[in-house]
Amino acid sequence: MAKRDRLSGNEAIAIALRQINPDVFPAFPITPSTEIPQYFASFVANGQVDTEFIPVESEHSSMSAAIGASAAGARSLTATSSCGLAYMWEELYIAASNRLPLALALVNRALSGPININCDHSDSMGARDAGWIQIYAENNQEAYDNMVQAYRISEHKDVRLPIMICQDGFITSHAVENMELLEDEEVKNFVGEYRPENYLLNPDCPMAVGPYSITDYYMEAKRNQAEGMKHVEKVVLETAKEFAAVSGREYGLFEAYCMEDAEYAVIMIGSAAGTTKDAIDRLREQGEKVGLLKIRLYRPFPAEGIAQALSHVKAVAIMDRAEGYTNHGGPLGADVMSALYRARSQAYAVNYIYGLGGRDVRIEDMESVFHALKQIAADGCAGETYRYLGIRE
Amino acid sequence: MRNLTEIRWHGRGGQGAKTAALLLADVAFQTGKYVQGFPEYGPERMGAPITAYNRISDRQIRVHSNIYDPQYVVVVDESLLEAVDVTGGLKKDGAILVNTSRPKEEILPHLKGYEGKVFTIDAHKVSMAAMGKYFPNTPLLAAIVKVAEIMDEETFLREMRASFTHKFASKPEVIDGNMAALKMALEEVR
Repeated sequence: MAKRDRLSGNEAIAIALRQINPDVFPAFPITPSTEIPQYFASFVANGQVDTEFIPVESEHSSMSAAIGASAAGARSLTATSSCGLAYMWEELYIAASNRLPLALALVNRALSGPININCDHSDSMGARDAGWIQIYAENNQEAYDNMVQAYRISEHKDVRLPIMICQDGFITSHAVENMELLEDEEVKNFVGEYRPENYLLNPDCPMAVGPYSITDYYMEAKRNQAEGMKHVEKVVLETAKEFAAVSGREYGLFEAYCMEDAEYAVIMIGSAAGTTKDAIDRLREQGEKVGLLKIRLYRPFPAEGIAQALSHVKAVAIMDRAEGYTNHGGPLGADVMSALYRARSQAYAVNYIYGLGGRDVRIEDMESVFHALKQIAADGCAGETYRYLGIRE
Repeated sequence: MRNLTEIRWHGRGGQGAKTAALLLADVAFQTGKYVQGFPEYGPERMGAPITAYNRISDRQIRVHSNIYDPQYVVVVDESLLEAVDVTGGLKKDGAILVNTSRPKEEILPHLKGYEGKVFTIDAHKVSMAAMGKYFPNTPLLAAIVKVAEIMDEETFLREMRASFTHKFASKPEVIDGNMAALKMALEEVR
């Protein structure tokens, strides 16, 4: 039985974690993710979970402790944002290369500088090549649902990789919205018990974790990580199917909104997708054939599916909430453009940088992007493909 | 009530504008509405101007931007009338609610010719009388519920008592004072 509630995105994640009842949660606070360990600490204090909660002295340590716990055979996770994620950098690669299926609840926030506490995706985009699975949410409901599905994906025997569950700082983490929660028992049954095949504290089968690997094996180890990544799409879809049976809410690798007959499309990640849907409804009322592709799974990148979903559009705007400093656009722009190239797409494609450091995105802003796409198709020329939205020049 | 009601709160850090917006979302949710309640974070300092927002609708709310053209504005601290463009984008068929002890005539000249309805409440007087301390957000919450016709008073008071009982589980002695402040504010807003 689903339960209606109204919660902030941080509360929603904390409740999902209470329902999951992980074994170990080391944490160090940073805005705007602080409330996740804060709420969770009260669940620990109240005896609602039997998780080992470890307050540590830095994010480098919180990730290290989560890695140690996961290597030992425990289900572990931590939460962070922005500079906290940056401080975990080397550890992110340790977690992925050791094939440890731990989770990170990430609340996206800009990296300094200038110093800024608000939302953009520069933190997680910087970690996109670390070997972690990355899943993003549009709203609080999706953040909760993604967290509930996380371990089913990361712990799957064909995957065994760490997973980052991302949501937009303040925009969803601190906004109270309506949502539906699953019953505790439903989550418990869905997530299941974690029974690792190989783990450090297993006297019957001693193993080494994090060994030295020089030129004769390092490359094979990295190739093995890539093999795990190859199975992620399939496992994400299987997990989503089972989740839909429990919750009634359906998820894919990405969401297509009004794409069936769309001539002009926006592709983006995160909370601004909701704003874009409202812009699309307004433009559809005026007869404009516009649509949205919202990325849910960003790492690995579902390139073929995205190229297929965009195969009939005349023009597409790829929206990046992070700079790439390539002089050509951001990370999502590079991923989508290469997907389109490999699919021999004839669509015009432009890449917008938007929403950096919490710069607000309005319905009117997204309408202007669709108008620009229509103009590009009419002109028969994409013009400048590296653009900024809502910037004062 | 319209299908979508948008409310913007102007306060100063520490006055509880964010909490009031979250409480309003809470109580509107209890009546079956779709809600959003969220703050706009700047420097987190006591006394610095802050903005918070509410959307209340019969339909799912997808937009995640701030609110630029609200139907209603609540000014928690009247010193903000000079410091912030509180009537910016405010719809003419909406209203502004100002926390002040001064008569409405003295407030009007500070509203840049705003043509819509103007309401005032002395939240300081209400708060001191009901609770013995200055918490402007409780009286202002009741006042905006009445001004924006978000729900009938009986439902509002019933839901708020339930909400306070939960919120103040560890200090139930403050519940009656908060309830008295809500009731008094419903009478005092004009």
